[in-house]
Amino acid sequence: MRPAIVPDVVAETAVRDGGLVRARGLTKQFGDFEAVRGIDLDVEPGEAFGFLGPNGAGKSSTMRMVSCVSPRTGGDLTVLGMDPRTQGPDIRARLGVVPQQDNLDNELTVRQNLHIYGRYFGLSKAHVRAKAVELLDFAQLTDRADAEVEPLSGGMKRRLTIARSLINDPELLLLDEPTTGLDPQARHLLWDRLFRLRQQGVTLIITTHYMDEAEQLCDRLVVMDGGKIVAEGSPGELIARYCSREVLELRFVTDKPDAAAAEGLADRIEVLPDRLLLYTSDGEASLAAAHQRGLAPASSLVRRGTLEDVFLRLTGRTLVD
Amino acid sequence: MSTTTQAPETTRTGLLLRVLPVGMYAGRSRALVERSFLVNRRTWLQVVSGFFEPLFFLFGLGFGFGKLIGDVVGPGGETISYVAYVAPALLAASAMNGAVYDATFNLFFKLKYAKLYDAVLATPLGPLDIAIGEITWALIRGALYGTGFLTVMLGMGLLTSPWAVFALPAAILIAFAFGALGMACTTFMRSWHDFDLVQLALVPMFLFSTTFYPITVYPGAVQFAVKCFPLYHAIEVMRALCTGYVDASIVGHLAYFVVMALVGVVVASRRLGKLLLA
Ligand SMILES: Nc1ncnc2c1ncn2[C@@H]1O[C@H](COP(=O)(O)OP(=O)(O)OP(=O)(O)O)[C@@H](O)[C@H]1O
Ligand SMILES: [Mg+2]
Repeated sequence: MRPAIVPDVVAETAVRDGGLVRARGLTKQFGDFEAVRGIDLDVEPGEAFGFLGPNGAGKSSTMRMVSCVSPRTGGDLTVLGMDPRTQGPDIRARLGVVPQQDNLDNELTVRQNLHIYGRYFGLSKAHVRAKAVELLDFAQLTDRADAEVEPLSGGMKRRLTIARSLINDPELLLLDEPTTGLDPQARHLLWDRLFRLRQQGVTLIITTHYMDEAEQLCDRLVVMDGGKIVAEGSPGELIARYCSREVLELRFVTDKPDAAAAEGLADRIEVLPDRLLLYTSDGEASLAAAHQRGLAPASSLVRRGTLEDVFLRLTGRTLVD
Repeated sequence: MSTTTQAPETTRTGLLLRVLPVGMYAGRSRALVERSFLVNRRTWLQVVSGFFEPLFFLFGLGFGFGKLIGDVVGPGGETISYVAYVAPALLAASAMNGAVYDATFNLFFKLKYAKLYDAVLATPLGPLDIAIGEITWALIRGALYGTGFLTVMLGMGLLTSPWAVFALPAAILIAFAFGALGMACTTFMRSWHDFDLVQLALVPMFLFSTTFYPITVYPGAVQFAVKCFPLYHAIEVMRALCTGYVDASIVGHLAYFVVMALVGVVVASRRLGKLLLA
């Protein structure tokens, strides 16, 4: 893991109660339905904090409450040391928000989108003009600067939404599935940019369905399921706690794999329709042991334990809802 | 939705902010007006067409009917031409129409389809900024149209009193009130079908609110009903200012619009908050 970088800019921001974002027993209800069911959060200045969780887990609902665009139903929440209920405008002035769904202004051009968004933050025209040039370059949309937004490709719109969120040089950047719909180049470009922002002291909160992204970007993450936080830690800690250093996959072509035969070969064994997953600290050793027991898989694979394993263990393999 | 009504701990206090939930206002509605300018720079034809509509009415009704009718009795019991009688009413009606269209059709589109305000609310701006920003744009446009219309009236010799300099500010107040109330109504609308109701309210109001003939043509009960509707008061104000027969009753008419504007803004921003800040 990278060392956490906490530069002066952030250290200076007077944030009471420690965290940049602090939630206690935070809930969100839509009618009778409780989307967020009492979560505690502490996001420290300068860290990159991630939300993982299956569809409908309540990630976006939480992000929207932190962004001060959705009032909380219950519990306590402070963002940048302030209460969103009463100081929403002051908080939002210092946030950058990338919502899950792009909401660009289709009546304006690409450049005007950046320009007017900066004006919403009260930035001077000269400042947003210069900033827009820089952000257009970042989003690689310079050659489309004066084009309409509507006909842009999905990925281009996404890039523009991300660029837009940086117009006010936010202290806290909230990204709700930022890279969904981006091609690999754009994804890596964004990761680089986010990494650089972090070095400048910007705090990041990210939700994602890409485990590699979470592993790449996040110092710490929580896994949400059914409106609750079910696990919390650094990617490494989570893997150590809920998975194992290595995973041995044994593939069988014929009938159901013989789980009983593998009993005791690993700390934990998972039986899938065509495979056995053996969670072990030494994959090769387990494989050798399996062969000795007369297990004859069609193919085998030793790999490192990943966040994806953690995720699937915590939230189940079957599709809920 | 938070329903706390305590005043915010900032310097931005005032009547409006005390009846609205805190945190709904950043004092930055100007940025939204700037956006409207930017958008309308590209659709200027639509803007210009709005200018001509009341003029067409003035020429068609004023001259056409004017020839047929000749002179009529003005608000002070004086004899005036029919054009002079109808023109202030058309000014009032166009202030109403312009504001209502902006606050209903245009707003509904941005609310439901363009998702414009979802993006805006992620910035410091709050629902009250949105309400004020959008109404302000409608007023700027209304003021432009009003100026044009009054200039034409001046050219035709229809402005016979110095009181007429207040016609423009009065038109803006009237537009503000209609815009705010229209906006409040829009927040309750579910689909485009509901806009038939807007038409159903506007057209009879336009026809029956003494636009074309004095209120004395109605029996007592109908007179009372007509007096309940805002356009009647708008026309009274405009006719008094353009002809110069101003008396104390104008205060009552103007108060009607002040109340209407306040109720509209409060309901509109509360409802916008409810709709957008789910
Ligand atoms: N405005 C709303 N009105 C009613 N229910 C809502 C609303 N927004 C979200 N929900 C519900 O709250 C639950 C959590 O939704 P949320 O968008 O927070 O999930 P998520 O974790 O972001 O999922 P995804 O990975 O699909 O984006 C879902 O069941 C959803 O239907
Ligand atoms: Mg989501």
